[in-house]
Amino acid sequence: MDQVIRLLAYDFVQNAVAAGIVIAVVSGVVSRFVVARNMSFAVHALAELGFTGSAGFILLRLSPVLGLLTGSAVTAVFIGLLGVRARGRDVVVGVVMAFGLGLGVLFITLYKGYSSQAFAILFGTITGVSRGDVLLLMVIGVITLATLAVIYRPLTFATVDPEVAEARGVPVGMLAVLFLLIMAAAVAEAIQVVGVLLILTLLITPGAAAERLTPKPGRAVVYSVAIALFCTLGGIGLSLLTNLAVSVFVTTLSFASYLAARFVIGPALQNRSTPTTPTASSRSAT
Amino acid sequence: MAETLPAVRFDRVTVAFGTRQVWSDLSLEIASGTFVAILGPNGAGKTSLLRAILGLITPTTGRVEVLGQTPRRGDPGIGYVPQHSSFDPDLPLRGRDLVRLGIDGHRWGIGWRDRAADMRVARAIASVEAERYADAAIGRLSGGEQQRLRIAQALVGEPGILLCDEPLANLDLRYQQAITDLIRDWQQRAGGTVLFVTHDVNPVLRVVDKVLFVVNGRWAAGTPDEVLTSERLSELYGSHVDVVRVHGRILVVGESTETGFTLDEPHHMPLTVDRHEGAH
Repeated sequence: MDQVIRLLAYDFVQNAVAAGIVIAVVSGVVSRFVVARNMSFAVHALAELGFTGSAGFILLRLSPVLGLLTGSAVTAVFIGLLGVRARGRDVVVGVVMAFGLGLGVLFITLYKGYSSQAFAILFGTITGVSRGDVLLLMVIGVITLATLAVIYRPLTFATVDPEVAEARGVPVGMLAVLFLLIMAAAVAEAIQVVGVLLILTLLITPGAAAERLTPKPGRAVVYSVAIALFCTLGGIGLSLLTNLAVSVFVTTLSFASYLAARFVIGPALQNRSTPTTPTASSRSAT
Repeated sequence: MAETLPAVRFDRVTVAFGTRQVWSDLSLEIASGTFVAILGPNGAGKTSLLRAILGLITPTTGRVEVLGQTPRRGDPGIGYVPQHSSFDPDLPLRGRDLVRLGIDGHRWGIGWRDRAADMRVARAIASVEAERYADAAIGRLSGGEQQRLRIAQALVGEPGILLCDEPLANLDLRYQQAITDLIRDWQQRAGGTVLFVTHDVNPVLRVVDKVLFVVNGRWAAGTPDEVLTSERLSELYGSHVDVVRVHGRILVVGESTETGFTLDEPHHMPLTVDRHEGAH
């Protein structure tokens, strides 16, 4: 404990914790929708092409974080324009991702210096973020959360019940593209912690674990955020204490959370509420 | 004034997707307070008809009117029960939440607690007798239970017109009765208009005022006794069709399997009736 307090005095630790909190909140909310909309593959594509973007920016000696954001945002627009409908979307994502990754390889090859920055983007470097990066991440995070707050209700409607949502006047197609852009921002944020290759640990797992804990949609979002915060801050802390990479601990904590939610806590909660669960009899048919 | 306006009016409406004409030159008035069954084989454009009323598709030619107005998306005067789509069993969404979306799901913002809205939701759930399972995850409910909650969702906004797209599909006979009664009760209580798409007229035969039969872009409308005759349907299909009444049920039988179609899908029909029909 003493050691943690001593570490918190360091600038780079404060930066990491501040950035981690914003990133975890964004990831927690977004991952609920990623899970409900079944968009894991799209998350992966946004992350990998974010890598292409940052490799390109590194080559041009520009900010890798901005490159990340640019890469994933451009990908989001492409996926959105080429295939908004769920069916066939995976195919479009695959097509776009394959080409984009090829570009990433090109940029890395062209870059003559030691590509430690590229390595950082693949595996995460939250303890290495600068003051400037933290500010940038904060701004992106706040914009993302504000946008989500505005569209939360119709996005939920369009996600769980698209036919009726469309009939009730919800702009389902526009929300699909907007959500892709929100995902792009969330991906660019989460990559700071866990890197491109481990992105799903923050953008899928918290949402997937949360839905095992409650049938209430709002509460599921709260749980998802709590799990993301636990994994991110826990991961940063353990990494500082052990000198191992942050992503090692974040992935471990998030996998453990999922297992606990699925096999221990979830079933326990369900047993407690058994009397109100349905399907036993069907009085309703009378 | 609204009473004299037809709930829905089609005036020489043609809808085409690309070169395929779904229906052509449909003219029809549906009086307020009637229960209309929309019948026809798969792909006859029954769903498109509902989508035109919802303002989601615009006719290629002609005009659709809802209470004298051009249909507009999100019209609160129309309730909609879409074709069966299942929910993921792990989706964190209760029946209560689904019904609530029917009130204000289309509005921007987060949607905080609202006592008045909660009361309306509770009343809608009670009206379909779904209180017992309204707080469970909706994906874990049976098809019939989900359908009741969908109807509650469609009715919670107190619409004057209810559009139902195959609400009886995937339900066993018991549930088909229950869901039909539920919709009929609402129609009589609220004086509402019901447009009910179904491929099997039998479960709703007792309650329908009119039927609209759509085949290959052609259509016939009237009371069941007027429309569901061998003569009318043969004309509509352009080939010989028999309408047989067996045990109070209506079966529509084509002359060969090639052009064959029955109003019933095989799984809705007792096997013995199937044979009877084949021998005809």
